[in-house]
Amino acid sequence: MIHSKSYLLGLKSLIGIRSPALALACSFIALGALFKQAGFNIQQSLGSSLFTYALPGQLVMTESYLIGASILNIFLSVWLVNFRLYPMTVSLFPILKHKSQPRWKYYLSCHFIAVASWLIMKSEYEKINKKFRLDFWIGIGSGTLTTAVFSTFLGYSLSDYLSQEMMIGLAIVNPVYFLCMMIGAMNDVKTRIAVISGIILGPIFYLISPEWSILLGGIIGGSLAFLIKVKKNGTI
Amino acid sequence: MELSNNLILIIVITSVATFVSRFLGALTAENINVKSKIFHWFNYVAYSILAALIARMIIFPAGALSEATLLIRLIVVGISVTVFILSKKNLVLPTVISFILLTFLANTISY
Repeated sequence: MIHSKSYLLGLKSLIGIRSPALALACSFIALGALFKQAGFNIQQSLGSSLFTYALPGQLVMTESYLIGASILNIFLSVWLVNFRLYPMTVSLFPILKHKSQPRWKYYLSCHFIAVASWLIMKSEYEKINKKFRLDFWIGIGSGTLTTAVFSTFLGYSLSDYLSQEMMIGLAIVNPVYFLCMMIGAMNDVKTRIAVISGIILGPIFYLISPEWSILLGGIIGGSLAFLIKVKKNGTI
Repeated sequence: MELSNNLILIIVITSVATFVSRFLGALTAENINVKSKIFHWFNYVAYSILAALIARMIIFPAGALSEATLLIRLIVVGISVTVFILSKKNLVLPTVISFILLTFLANTISY
């Protein structure tokens, strides 16, 4: 049912100098503390991290709850802010495909799609036997999800001891980790164009439309990288 | 409407709204070949979307991070990225440094 050696290898990506565990922990500790301040109970907080497991969406949910937004509004704003998960899944799952793997494993493990796990899988997949890539992925995914849920618990419990300065400090860790991983992933010219144009276009479009800026910036930046012709010697 | 009764519904709705994108992605991926053009397009779009998201988190942050000025955020990010490159792509070191540095700076400036 699951190839345990590949699963464990995936799980192992949580230790060592490239581990996402610390960055993930910091952001979900901050989220746990925020949940407590917003009046969630512990079950609701852990349930949110376990079943939603997407930080920007959980932040939007908390804000919407606090201002008393309607259910439909919450659904639409969360859907929009987490829609990035669609292109992320489409650009990851084809590399995990193998005819020996049952479909239900794909349908369940798509829940593990998140920025950290996605970047790790993208940088490691070539080293993993095609047949067991999905098991490796489930290893990364179950490890990162467990870290997120546990850290939510930690943040919820430690809420009273976290100063505002520490909350600010915790909030920078995730973007720093993601940015470093992205820089590490820019191995070819086209990926570089995609990343750099996203970094430039995202904030520019934010000034026009905060809700659509990330999707628009990403679609335009990604299409640009896709369309640009790169010569064999690596120049444009 | 009673807010606390709604909270579970809100969590469920948020989870469904999130899972929809992941699940549709998994369904779409079934018919996409790694060597196809559409796969490459999705690949660059995904990288670019993540880059846009990260830039937004740093330049236009929501929540606690917005209490630190843009200049301080950029200094902390700049130092952390430099550490990442100098440490031969160690990811733990720059994240730890970013937390300590920003907590310290936020603390110093508020006094």
